[in-house]
Parts: sequence; C-alpha cells; structure tokens
Amino acid sequence: MRSSWLRRHVAALRALLVLTVVTGVVYPLAIWAIAQMPGLRGSADGSMIKAADGSVVGSRIIGQSFTGKDGNPLRWYFQPRPSAAGDGYDPTATAASNLGPESVVDTLPVPGAKDEEGNPDEGTQSLLTQVCGRSKAIGELDGVDGSRPFCTKSGVGAVLSVFGPRDATGRVTRPTRVVSVNEACPAVPFVATYRGVTVECAKPGEDYAPGRIVPVRGGARATPAVPSDAVTASGSGLDPAISPANARMQAPRVATARGITTDRVLDLVGEHTTGRSLGFMGEPSVNVVELNLDLDRVAPHKS
Amino acid sequence: MSSTTAGILFIGSLVIALVAVHRPFGDYMYRVFTSTRHLRVERGLYRLIGVNPDAEQKWSVYARSVLAFSLVSVLFLYAFQRLQGYLLLNLGFKGVPDHIAWNTAISFVTNTNWQAYSGESTMGHLVQMSGLAVQNFVSAAVGIAVAMAFVRGFARKKTDELGNFWTDLVRACVRVLLPIAAVAAIVLIAGGAVQNFADPHTVHTVAGGTQTITGGPVASQEVIKELGTNGGGFYNANSAHPFENPTAWTNWIEIFLLTMIAFSLPRTFGRMVGDKRQGYAIVSVMATLAVLSVIAINVAQLAHHGTVPTAVGAAAEGTETRFGVSNSATFAAATTLTSTGAVNSFHDSYTSLGGGVTMLNMMLGEVAPGGVGSGLYGMLILAVITVFVAGLMVGRTPEYLGKKIGGREMKFASMYFLVTPVIVLVGTATAMAMPGQRASMLNTGPHGLSEVLYAFTSAANNNGSAFAGLTVNTPWYDTALGLAMVFGRFLPMVFALALAGSLARQSPTPVSEGTLPTHRPLFVGMVAGVTLILVGLTFFPALALGPLAEGIHQ
Repeated sequence: MRSSWLRRHVAALRALLVLTVVTGVVYPLAIWAIAQMPGLRGSADGSMIKAADGSVVGSRIIGQSFTGKDGNPLRWYFQPRPSAAGDGYDPTATAASNLGPESVVDTLPVPGAKDEEGNPDEGTQSLLTQVCGRSKAIGELDGVDGSRPFCTKSGVGAVLSVFGPRDATGRVTRPTRVVSVNEACPAVPFVATYRGVTVECAKPGEDYAPGRIVPVRGGARATPAVPSDAVTASGSGLDPAISPANARMQAPRVATARGITTDRVLDLVGEHTTGRSLGFMGEPSVNVVELNLDLDRVAPHKS
Repeated sequence: MSSTTAGILFIGSLVIALVAVHRPFGDYMYRVFTSTRHLRVERGLYRLIGVNPDAEQKWSVYARSVLAFSLVSVLFLYAFQRLQGYLLLNLGFKGVPDHIAWNTAISFVTNTNWQAYSGESTMGHLVQMSGLAVQNFVSAAVGIAVAMAFVRGFARKKTDELGNFWTDLVRACVRVLLPIAAVAAIVLIAGGAVQNFADPHTVHTVAGGTQTITGGPVASQEVIKELGTNGGGFYNANSAHPFENPTAWTNWIEIFLLTMIAFSLPRTFGRMVGDKRQGYAIVSVMATLAVLSVIAINVAQLAHHGTVPTAVGAAAEGTETRFGVSNSATFAAATTLTSTGAVNSFHDSYTSLGGGVTMLNMMLGEVAPGGVGSGLYGMLILAVITVFVAGLMVGRTPEYLGKKIGGREMKFASMYFLVTPVIVLVGTATAMAMPGQRASMLNTGPHGLSEVLYAFTSAANNNGSAFAGLTVNTPWYDTALGLAMVFGRFLPMVFALALAGSLARQSPTPVSEGTLPTHRPLFVGMVAGVTLILVGLTFFPALALGPLAEGIHQ
C-alpha cells in the first residue's frame, strides 16, 4: 500500500516535470522563435511606433494620456477615454473601475480629517458622480452640452436620501427630511424642495443610508451630446481607441488649437478610423495614439 | 449596420463555426482517446514518466492518480512562486506572499484561474510561462481525461477498468491541446498579441510624458488560457488588455477557442457509446441553454437599465471601444457558461441583470457547455438525474444508455450536485457574517452582496472570473476561496469517477418498450428543465438578494 502510494506520487512528479518541459519551455520558445519571422516580429514585440525624429513613443495598440504636467487635457490633442489603470494609462497597473450600475452615493471628504496614511481625506466618488463630472468638464472643453440624465448642473450625481415612514412597497410617501447626498454644504441643492420638503445639502461624515436613496432623472436628453465612451473607463485602462462620434466632437477644438481647418482634422480622423472586422465584428473605432502622432507630423502645435 | 445587427451576426457566425467544427473535431478526439497506438514522442514521454501506458486502472486507482498529480502540481507551483526571487526572468519581483501563492497554486491546478494577484506587478515571465501556463495545459488535460474515464463507464460493460490516467493526460496535452494552441498563438500574434521576453521598459509618449511598456510570452499563454477554459490573464486586465486581445476578430477567435472543446466532446461521447444520437441530444441541451443565456445577457446589456447606464447612455463602463457592448456581453456569457473566467470587459460594472446572468451561468454548474471535460461529465450526471426523475414519474426502473440508475448511482449523482451549492452558500453566508470580510466589498448594498456571492460561485465552480471590485488578496479570502476551489474541483470529480466505476461493472439492459428514449427532443427538454429547476430552487434566494434586488425596483 505504502509503496504504491509512493510510486504513484513519484510518477506524478515525473509527469509534471516532463510536461513542464514540453508545454512550459519548448512550446512558448517555439512560438517565440516563429514570431521572429518578418511580419510577425513587429507585433510580437508590442507594435511599437516611432515619432518623426525616430524615437519610440509607445505602442500602437496601448493608449496614452494626453495631459499636461498639471494633469489637465492638452487642447491640441484628441483626448482618450478615462482610465482606471494607475494614474491613467499605466501598463504596470491595468485595471477597470469595477464600480457597479447603482454606484450613486459619494463618500464626501470630511474637511480636516486624515486617512490611515495621514493624508487629507479625499472621500470617494460614486461612478455616477464620476460620469457627471467628466461629462461637465468635456462639455466645457469642447463647447458642447455636458448635461446627462441623473446629473446635477454642478456635475455630480443627482441623488436624494429621503427620510420618513415607508409604505408597503418601501416608498416614502410623506418625507420628513430630504438630503441631496452628493452635494456638500454649503452647496445649494439641485432641487429646492421634494414633495413639499426643503432639500438640505449634505454634511460630510453624516450617514444618509437609512433614508431611501432616490436618483433624480432630471430633464437631460437620453442621448447626451458627450458620447458614452468619453465618460466611462475601459476594462483594461489602456484602451487606445475612442468612438468616431467622440472624435467628431473633439475635432473642432483640436483644429482651432492647431490652427488648421476642422475638415482637415476630420480627414485625419477618417484615416485612423477602423471599421468592424469583416464588417460585423466589434465596433468602429478611432486610434487616438496614431491620430495624435499624425497630427503632430501634419500640423505641429506651436506653443 | 446597427450595433444590434452586427452583434447578432457575431453570435450567428460563432454558432455556425461551432456546428461546423464539432463533428470532425469530436471524431478526432474519439480516435485520440480510443486508439491503442502510441505516437513515438508519447512512448518517450511514458518512459520518462515511468508508467506503462497500456495498464488499465480501476476507478479508485484512476481517481488516486488524478489526486496525486494535482497534489504534486499544487506543491510544485507553490514552491515555484515562493522562490521566484531566485529565478531567471523574474523582472525583479520577489517571492509571492504565502497566502497569495497558495491561492494561486490551487487556482491554476483546479482549472479555476481565480487571480488574487495582478499579473504585471507580481509574476515574472518564468513563473507565468513554466508554472502557471503549464497548469493551463495539464489542468485542462485532467478535465478531459476524467470525462473520458467517465464516458467509458457507460461504454464498457462488466469491467473494473476505466482506462489509464497517464495515457489520457499525455494524449490530451500532446494530441489535442498543443497543436491547436500552437496554430492559434501564431494567429493571435499576427493580430497584435505580444510574444517576447522584454523587461518593462519606459518610453517618452507622444505628449511628452512617460509610459512603461510591459512584455512577456503572452500569446502562447493566451491561447491555452482560452482553449483549456482556464482564464488566468497574463495581465490584470485579462482579455481586455490590447496585448492579450488586440482586435475585434481576435476576440471572436478567443470565444471560439474557449467553447470549441466543450461543444465537441458530446460528439466524442456519442461515438464512444456507439450511438451518435446520444451525443446530439447532450450537445442540444448545452446549445439551448447557451443560446438562451447569450440572448439574455445581450438584451440586458443593450437595454442598459439602471441609474449609471442610463446616465451614460450605454452599458459602456468597463468595456473596450474596439469590442463594443454586444461582443463584450457575448464574451461574458461564453466565459461563464464554460469554466473559463477570462474577461474582455468587467462584469462588476455590468447592468444588474446582465451581471446576474453571468452568475446564473456559473450556478448552472457550468454544463452549457462547461469546462473542458468537466462540462461533459456534469451534463451527463444531470442526464442521469433526469432519467431518475422521469423513472419516478412513470414508475419504471430508471436507466441511461442501458445502465440501471439504482440507489448507489443516485447517491453519487446527488452528492456530485450538492457539493457546489453547499460551498457557495455557506461560504457567502460566512463572509457576510464577518465585518472584516464585508469591508472587502467595493460597492455597497445588494451589489456588495453580489460581489461576495460571485466570488464563491466562481471559486466553487472553478470559473475564475470575478466582480473584481472585491478586495480578495487578504489571508481570509485567499484561504476560504482556495478551499472552495479544491473541494469544488475534486469532490465532484471523485464522485463522477465512482459513479463511472459503478456503471462500468453493470451489463447493459436490453432496450424494451418501457425504456425512456434519451435521444429525442423530449429528453433534451427534460434535461434542460431539470438543470434550470435544480439550480433555480437552490440559488434563487441568494440571487434575489443580490442582482435581482438591485435590478428590479421602482
């Protein structure tokens, strides 16, 4: 019995080592060797691209940030999607936001409070407030309407916590107190009253979860002027592409900043737009890295 | 063309490709696992391993071989990670912390590929390539091997012998997985997937900033991660990362790879039991459930109900521009219907009901079509349960493929199906009862519960995808989910092999008028119904508190 146990485990170890050599050394090295062939090598090495002066400026298929030292978007570049990878487009920390569809209540920063590491408390923004804030900022940058459903004019989630006795379905028919949870005092709430009750601003640090959380739709268009990909983070945080609608929205701003016509910019956008593979796979997309690189070549920004 | 039309064509083309490939490929696997001849290279491997490839094993010996191989694999992979700091190509990373190394070792050996770590900041190239990716091959091969032994229980009569584990293992690697992986890896590289051994290197970007570009033997690992229904990404972003899944058409190929073996094995089964129609019946059940699920998740994602999706105007959070919402949803369905767990978009940010479908897919026991091998034996055990239920209704002795389903067989089948719910529900309840574990939730309210429920469902079913907001690299979660993966993989496997041993001993009962035909649409409908009801009754209360509570209100 004991010897068969030992024999079996020795065979298992030998099998593992043999298969490790075959599938874990020979196979990947063989694929690597084949990938050295011309035509494959460029992509196997990461599809790196060079600027006009010959310096490598990154990968064609990995997105980049186009912000200045202050972190603000550079007006003469097309802006990529928001990124949750590190501080933005960091390939050593790829990530999505992982915030859910009902992430609507912010944790407001408490003035003067410190976090565990002794830094000032910055609170955490809900996904809704992130979307609203991005939409407002992009609207201002590109001169379009940045409003969205469930967003306040100030660019946070329009969400109320409604206190009071509940009916059988859980609704509060006669509120006793209503708080706009994402608007820290002394902000003026996005609505003055709710069912006859004056809406209060939120005091950071107070817990409004006991009330019923009610997002308020508001009157914004169901299809906002700022496209959906411009206000959402991608899965990888490295998305090199934006939607054609997003590129069209940004084109006039880029044209003005570079002193060329919008049509010229739109032509370039067209050149860097990839349709669906075989006509039906995926979605049309515009490669921001290549587009911006090309813009620098065609119409360098004079600062 | 509208996005919806394109999305439908995408699904349709996958269905056509799978229908076209499942017969020749299923036949090929039939020849691989019934052939008495050994390839020269295989004979060399058997000599190195020191086993006789023609020695037959009883179920208990087969099961012990599986367990021995898996135990050795876990210990080896654990040591490999812990010693990373002393090895080549470690990119400067130190040994992996003990609780993460234990969790990861189990995760890859059990075909789960749950990842409590982030690839690009934890694992060097050698550990990925010669540790993790090796388990992608062999854990898939173990699944296929056990499925073949299980089918032999039906195909053989009056015998104790279920085949030889070492032979099945080697053949699955050498003749099935390696050739397909090699071809597909080259195709992915042509699409833009990387295959190099570069250290992370810094470049000056177009706008004058800096960016660190990572490398690695990614393509070779990416294909086996899909083909073997493993799912462990080279990078944290998994198949959303442009270096793993660069284009919309590589996305199609990856979905095809992760479904092709599981959808072809029923053909192999039909050939082995000498009645192709039985294989068609099983694949029909799988296909019916899969198509329903793909439609459901696409509808939920394209309709984009919920506060944030409405504000955005699409369920775009966590998806890549090049794939779009529909192809992301189709990938999500495929990865949770199989035991893959690779993701090209992040399920935590899906609409409530869309995310609920991914969870339901796993709760089905991953049988439509399921993991490589495990999907087939899971579905066949559901068929066994179905003939038992049907037998009770008409008052006849239940039999399947000429084998009587008696008390002993039903005990094994029932225990097989009780394992996962017990792990999922007890695990989730325990975590939710502990404040420290609740604090791991990123989202609040019902979505927070969904994160924990998803984690245990994924671990116990050996899927490996996640509602990734949950912080799981804590000793508690690493240990608890590690245990969930071990028990969720090996207890059902042992019960399946025990059942096969019991079936193989019987001599077949001749077909009579009272025999329930198991190749007709009626039976297909019954198995699908039993699957849904069994799961529905077990998990409905938990789903009601998570995705349903979140998605159905007003």
